[in-house]
Amino acid sequence: MNSKRTELKVSAIRNGTVIDHIPTESVFQVFKILNLDKTKNQVYFGTNLDSKKYGKKGIIKISDKYFEYEEINKIALAAPKATLIEIKDYDVIRKENVQLPEYVDKIVKCFNPKCVTNNQNVSTSFKVTEDHKGNMKLFCKYCEKTMAKENIEFV
Amino acid sequence: MSTLKGRSLISITDYSKDDILKILDMAEEFEKNPRRNILNGYIVASLFFEPSTRTRLSFESAVQYLGGRIVGFATADTSSVKKGESLKDTILTVSNYSDLIVMRNPLDGSARFASEVSPVPIINAGDGANQHPTQCLLDLYSIRKTQGRLENIDIAMVGDLKYGRTVHSLVQALTLFGAKFHFVSPESLKMPSAVKTVIKNAGLEYDQYTELSDVIPFADILYMTRIQGERFPDPLEYEKVKNSYILSNRMLRGSKETMKVLHPLPRVNEITEDVDDNPKAYYFQQARNGVYIRQALIAAILGLK
Repeated sequence: MNSKRTELKVSAIRNGTVIDHIPTESVFQVFKILNLDKTKNQVYFGTNLDSKKYGKKGIIKISDKYFEYEEINKIALAAPKATLIEIKDYDVIRKENVQLPEYVDKIVKCFNPKCVTNNQNVSTSFKVTEDHKGNMKLFCKYCEKTMAKENIEFV
Repeated sequence: MSTLKGRSLISITDYSKDDILKILDMAEEFEKNPRRNILNGYIVASLFFEPSTRTRLSFESAVQYLGGRIVGFATADTSSVKKGESLKDTILTVSNYSDLIVMRNPLDGSARFASEVSPVPIINAGDGANQHPTQCLLDLYSIRKTQGRLENIDIAMVGDLKYGRTVHSLVQALTLFGAKFHFVSPESLKMPSAVKTVIKNAGLEYDQYTELSDVIPFADILYMTRIQGERFPDPLEYEKVKNSYILSNRMLRGSKETMKVLHPLPRVNEITEDVDDNPKAYYFQQARNGVYIRQALIAAILGLK
């Protein structure tokens, strides 16, 4: 099955954003992060689609919606290899891989229940780092604990 | 070297190697002459939201040796925290009444947050399980004083290496000086990988042991810590290891002449009292060094000579 036909399994949109190459297991996480369950825009999604690059992938298409910087950061945390495609009149006007930011502010909860951010009115702030195996980690500016991807919970 | 004046001290990593050495040198001067009236007219706030013996009293005696005054509280019960006041409001209020705030708080990261909202500098006297930088500095002072150097010390850290904040900070600081680390702990309380990564990134080495007797012959510093029973998920596991690391005087036979035993205190049973009279026991002098280190920090941060 070629990738063109895979794309077409989910309806094309005239205007809006396509988030492609989402790990299949993260599709619902991305959905939740972006509050797509509450949006009034039309949303299409697919999971377990064939992908040349990743074997299986997920895709989300949102009509008439373009994302702000902070929201893009959120996508990168859940789906670091996702591609963000902006569509206008069926044409691709922008296509790029999402980038992990250097810092992640306000959008992720600290996993440490004793962290000041979970006990006082303090916004979270993390530095994005990697361990020696290249796994993404978040380092809390306040409690100085290092959080693995599987512990990430969005505010 | 950047100036220390007006800068909060929250985490030992806030200080460069030069900053650390500057504080140790100043502390040495205060040890020679601790009674100096340079803090006359200054007020230091001492906010202890949870109990402390050594840290609070040594800060307070540091201020008073220097002729300064203290305001504050030794338990959150006697402050407006009890009425539900936020940390931010407490800090903003107290900063109106003082030139410097020394704070211990049970929440991890509370000191960093306090330093962001406070117009006066904050010295972290312990934020939960996170950092205790003044303990780290007095440990470094004690090592340099007893060994004559900080470079390439063979340091054995013993006990609860997983949760003990003092050993984590001390490792971070000693990587600046090229130490050799020897970790002695039960399997369940080993040094966390994040700390080991700091050592590897500094191009240094560590080794791990389960027997205390293995490290005694070559250690320059034996840094003992308390094993905290409440940390163990399985009480049986605690029962198995709780008495593994009890240092008695007899065990110090065969150690280096110049070796010193350090402990951040309080101790429970991990060092038997017969060690106290051994000249290698240094933990009470170590606690005394805390006064000089805190005098140095207060003077440096307030920009006093």
